[in-house]
Amino acid sequence: MADPATAPRDLPAELSLARLALRNRSVYWGGLLLCIIVVVAIVGPYFTAEPSALNPTNRLKPPGPNGVFGTDMLGRDLFSRVINGARVSLVVGLAVAVIAVSIGLFLGLIAGYIRVMDALIMRVMDGLMSIPAILLAIALISLSGATLTTVVIAIVIPEIPRVVRLVRAVVLTVREEPYVEAAISVGTRVPTIMARHVLPNTIAPLIVQATYICGSAMLTEAILGFLGAGIPPEIPSWGNIMSEGRTFFQLTPWIIFFPGLALAATVLAVNIVGDGLRDTLDPRIARNMR
Amino acid sequence: MSVLEIENLSVSLPKGADRKFAIEDITLSVGRGEIVCVVGESGSGKSVTAFSVMGLADRRALTPVAGEIRLEGENLLEASDAHLRSLRGEKMAMIFQEPMTALNPVLRVGDQIAEMLEIHETLSASERRARVIAAMQDVRLPDPEKMYGSYPHQLSGGQRQRIMIAMALVLEPVLLIADEPTTALDVTTQAQILKLIKDIQTRKGMGVLFITHDFGVVAEIADRVAVMQNGRIVEQGEAGAVLGAPSHPYTQMLIGAVPSMTPPERQPATGKIALETRGLGKTYGSPGLFGTGRTVHAAQAVNLTVRRGETLGIVGESGSGKSTVARCVMRLIDPTSGEILINDENIATMREGRLRAHRRDIQIVFQDPYRSLNPRRTVGQSIVEGPMNFGIGRDEARGRAEELMRVVGLAPDALERFPHQFSGGQRQRICIARALAMEPVILIADEAVSALDVSVQAQVLDLLDDVRKRFDLAMLFITHDLRVAAQICDRIMVMNQGEVVESGPTAAVYANPQQDYTKALLAAAPGHHARFA
Repeated sequence: MADPATAPRDLPAELSLARLALRNRSVYWGGLLLCIIVVVAIVGPYFTAEPSALNPTNRLKPPGPNGVFGTDMLGRDLFSRVINGARVSLVVGLAVAVIAVSIGLFLGLIAGYIRVMDALIMRVMDGLMSIPAILLAIALISLSGATLTTVVIAIVIPEIPRVVRLVRAVVLTVREEPYVEAAISVGTRVPTIMARHVLPNTIAPLIVQATYICGSAMLTEAILGFLGAGIPPEIPSWGNIMSEGRTFFQLTPWIIFFPGLALAATVLAVNIVGDGLRDTLDPRIARNMR
Repeated sequence: MSVLEIENLSVSLPKGADRKFAIEDITLSVGRGEIVCVVGESGSGKSVTAFSVMGLADRRALTPVAGEIRLEGENLLEASDAHLRSLRGEKMAMIFQEPMTALNPVLRVGDQIAEMLEIHETLSASERRARVIAAMQDVRLPDPEKMYGSYPHQLSGGQRQRIMIAMALVLEPVLLIADEPTTALDVTTQAQILKLIKDIQTRKGMGVLFITHDFGVVAEIADRVAVMQNGRIVEQGEAGAVLGAPSHPYTQMLIGAVPSMTPPERQPATGKIALETRGLGKTYGSPGLFGTGRTVHAAQAVNLTVRRGETLGIVGESGSGKSTVARCVMRLIDPTSGEILINDENIATMREGRLRAHRRDIQIVFQDPYRSLNPRRTVGQSIVEGPMNFGIGRDEARGRAEELMRVVGLAPDALERFPHQFSGGQRQRICIARALAMEPVILIADEAVSALDVSVQAQVLDLLDDVRKRFDLAMLFITHDLRVAAQICDRIMVMNQGEVVESGPTAAVYANPQQDYTKALLAAAPGHHARFA
């Protein structure tokens, strides 16, 4: 009897991937939360006070009449800073995910399909994987200065091997599929086989992986900021705000609490969407969850 | 008295399934010391029957809605989960199709059998071990003391199935349910396991409910037969009566579709030689730097010729190297030695660039109809892919694809649809059309009908034979099924452990096998002595 898991019965649904995914409750609610955060990040800065405006008379005020989230030790409005910080986090998360997935996909396809390149690429990837993101970031920043680009590059590099491994694993299974062998038999050239028969199989796991990368990149960016090795301090990022608030933590916990909450909510939303996507896109897991 | 009585049992399917009931109003009994075969094609409900008896069916998806299942008079459908659990093993036991997945790969096989005793009985460790060894002796495993500590992957398929049987029988149940227990095994192993089941059943006097799709197996083992179709039992009776004189048209059709073991007389082919191999070999692994590496000779010194209009069968058990030969000839893998001659050119060592021109001449149809078509592409896209690779325009390729759809017996509008909208047999037809679109000289069928139900198998075989005649193809037919080979092959080549054991005209090899291995293979074919109506 045919195993229903191997029968591609759920395929026409995949054509309307978005609609299928939204039927999943985690994707729906996680996506909704994420949408709100994105809208706030885009629109918010136009409605809030200048985040770097100093107000020395209003230093270290708790949440209240002097600001919804209170003020920091230079009297800057914390609410405005947290809202502005969302941009940095989201840009870093998105940029890292897109760049890591693009490079990883390309290298993974080559490693999986062209046997001679496999050992070479994978050993380089093993090497990259052994580099801790934070140390690499500190090294890069001390070499070329603290900019958004450096931070993104520093986070992207250790993420690439994960994507390569994932793509390679998919390619290795798909290349054994009889339909790929059939394509070889009818004289289809390798680049066409890759684009037509192999690549589409990697998309679903990659979307899921991209969400996880996005979440962890935002966390790493915050950690770097907190350590003072991230985005330059004049740009309000959640990591920077927390870093600056660290010294006053016992006195004025709100300086750390609000950016921390924003970070947690954003990463949570991204991860919930990722989990939901994994459940919908991987029919084996989806079936067990029902 | 009956061990198992199933009375008017109906089991519903979840909403949205292709029919309302998985099994509908079936009545069946298994007596003490009796083997009852339930036979049917895929989707007939035979496995659901077995799983319902064992209480292993997912009750949310497969809900028994009417009827009774009585084990020694006790209604299992009303039994509590705890009670069912104690009945499983003690009173009834089941063996499955795939012994590798039914055994836990990280536990020693002896301990897996002992687990049954731990759960159901209170014995000391040494008593348990003795019982396990005795059970392993019962199923005639060699050296049970030593095998007790083996892991499943260290045993052969047949040995694993014996372990499964030992596990099922260690508590001496009154009912054994066997769900296609020999389907995944080679014919010679299958013959041994069938004999073992029959022996043990006679010795212990238990009832056996034996699920199978193979009428050869039925002829070999059954006392009584129940034939199922779409969830209903259409015919039931003594094995001899049902097989010899089936009364229901469906049974007649099924039995009529079983290929005969007697090959028809065939004229030797005289066409031009299309494919020839000389000393073809494939070795996996390398001897290593110090000659200590492990090498496997998947195929060795294979010489074959196929003429146009002729079918050469390669038969053998799993691991015999028959598929290796096919894949070497297709150049899906690179042979390590020998020559492959097509149009007097050796393609064995040709580089991919030059080889591409020869790919047109030689096409293949694979075993698994569910995996040989890209699920994301329409049937039409799959078929025109090849011709368009060779510079044929889309419209022309399209026109030819429509024509080929008619040749393989499908409507031309099938081109717009996706593979999942077709049944296994239809997909195999599509694969044949895809191969034919290349206008090949040689067609390789690698177990092309093995995954299909017997009635569909017969149609696809007819189609293959028909296209061979129509397009004057040289056909290389790889199969493990001697019945199928008897019907379609002009000449036959028997392989074992990578080497050609015997070859010759099919009728001659079947009537008068020269080598011991061939004799054993022919004798092991289930129901080879039985005559079907």
